[in-house]
Amino acid sequence: MGAYLARRLLTLPLLLVGISIISFMLLNFAPGDAAEITLRRQNGGVTPPREAVVELRQELGLDDALPIRYGRWVSSAVRGDLGDSYRSGSSIAGELARRLPATLLLASAALIIAVVAGIPLGVLAAVKRGSWVDSVCRLSALVGAAVPSYVLAPALMLLFAVKLDWLPAIGYGSPKNLVLPALVLSLGTMAQLMRLTRATLLDVLNQDHIRTARAKGLTEGLVVWRHALKNALLPVVTVLGTSTGYLLGGAVIIETIFGWPGVGQFVVVGISQRDYPVVQGFVLYMAVIFLVVNLAVDISYRWLDPRLHFGGRFN
Amino acid sequence: MSDWTLQRPKRRLGILRPLRADVGAALGFAIVSGIILVAVLAPLLPLQDPTELDLQNRLIPPSNGHLLGTDHLGRDELSRLIYGARTTLMMSSVSLLIIMGIASIVGALSGYYGGWLDTGFMMVVDLLLAFPSLILGIAVAGVLGPSLVNVMIAVSVVWWASHARVIRGMVLSARHRDYVEAARSIGAGDGRIMAFHIARNIMGPFVVLATLDMGWIILGIAGLSFLGLGAQPPTPEWGAMLNDSRSYMQTSPSLLIAPGIAIFLLVLGFNLLGDGLRDMLDPTTYR
Repeated sequence: MGAYLARRLLTLPLLLVGISIISFMLLNFAPGDAAEITLRRQNGGVTPPREAVVELRQELGLDDALPIRYGRWVSSAVRGDLGDSYRSGSSIAGELARRLPATLLLASAALIIAVVAGIPLGVLAAVKRGSWVDSVCRLSALVGAAVPSYVLAPALMLLFAVKLDWLPAIGYGSPKNLVLPALVLSLGTMAQLMRLTRATLLDVLNQDHIRTARAKGLTEGLVVWRHALKNALLPVVTVLGTSTGYLLGGAVIIETIFGWPGVGQFVVVGISQRDYPVVQGFVLYMAVIFLVVNLAVDISYRWLDPRLHFGGRFN
Repeated sequence: MSDWTLQRPKRRLGILRPLRADVGAALGFAIVSGIILVAVLAPLLPLQDPTELDLQNRLIPPSNGHLLGTDHLGRDELSRLIYGARTTLMMSSVSLLIIMGIASIVGALSGYYGGWLDTGFMMVVDLLLAFPSLILGIAVAGVLGPSLVNVMIAVSVVWWASHARVIRGMVLSARHRDYVEAARSIGAGDGRIMAFHIARNIMGPFVVLATLDMGWIILGIAGLSFLGLGAQPPTPEWGAMLNDSRSYMQTSPSLLIAPGIAIFLLVLGFNLLGDGLRDMLDPTTYR
């Protein structure tokens, strides 16, 4: 455990450097000249004179060598400055931080729905293997994995907001607003968790210690919930990290559809306006969050799995 | 408990027999081949030009002249749906080829040679996997600018990493098998061993990997198009059609439902087929 943690923490800075290089290069590939775009914004859309652009390029250091520009960008990024938006001129880091809570609310609500519904349904399907319950669960997992959120979201909006008028179609602020977006976002992950829980639980239920538990007369409920599920959940925990990445990515689409004021909506607007620093800042931001979540999942996994515990202690 | 009898695991041999035995896989095969067939035959079908505007007949509901109605520019929805299948299938197959190509080369070299080459390649893989894939895809496509080709580039650049690692694992475990030693002993070079002997032996899991990935690629590409990053007007493409339909979904729900069901069926088909192929190769998975 200690050695593993040390290795993980050592590779963390390496990964961070790599992530920052990729994010930096993104803007480098983008068409357009930052100095010209900035001047045009300040002059109200008028094409700036050549000399002014050259002057600003020098002032901003845009003509310096790539490593120097990267170093400058990273050092300000570390201090929480991701540059200014080409369009509004406002601080990108500030805007991302302001919008992040909305995205995190959406993603964590979706994750909770997926876990709370997906895992018990997977258990149910495994316990009732071969029955109609199992068939229904497996069928809905298949459907859930194949329905795109950008189809389901408008469809549910039409049904629950327009036809039935139970929930608001778009908006942000009340719990009612959260229901539809979180539900749609959770569906893919829910299906994945259900399939995985079912498969691993069936696997575990065939093992010797379960036969022993049954042989000593434990009730089926105790066998499944106390003995089998504990072991079956370990692989499920590992995918939670990947699920977070999937949810953060999916949130971009969901936020656009539901007018949810999160970072995803911000970046989609940024892309449509060719506001590349916004895209760059967004990628960096999301990758760092993803990295932290995965680290937490990995550590908790090591901590949950007793085999890895003892392995670390006795080796 | 009288039902504690030994059950012989069902053995499935041959290529087509499991398709017959496995309803899901057979259904998946039927859906996928049906859609591919319609897409290939599209120019021969009695369809209107999918890009032909008819502003007098905008948003008309499904009728005899237009079986699925017309869109907001009066274009025939059925025709756009069928030509859209061509766009979607072409884009996702090309992306899949690029993805599996890069992943095979990187994975094979990494697994076969090991050492610093392996370390270097796997660092790149780890780095790419440190990004949430859809987010990096959106960013790459967004920076390159909206176009079909750029979406394929974005998806390919982002998606190959996890497969490279899987293929590396397969090559790694194959490297010291007897058949590789045998091939080397009769004078086969590294390239020949990788391209013929190892490739042949990991072909099964490789095909499963590719088939199961197809669904994700289709969802990803259509998702990027939905965000306006992919197919540009007037090219018919399912994701872009869905995006167009959003403003008219109350009055013309068929514009949402038709491409929605199309994407769903195609993804479902590939997933069913992939699941079936996987079970065929590994009979121990629980169904």
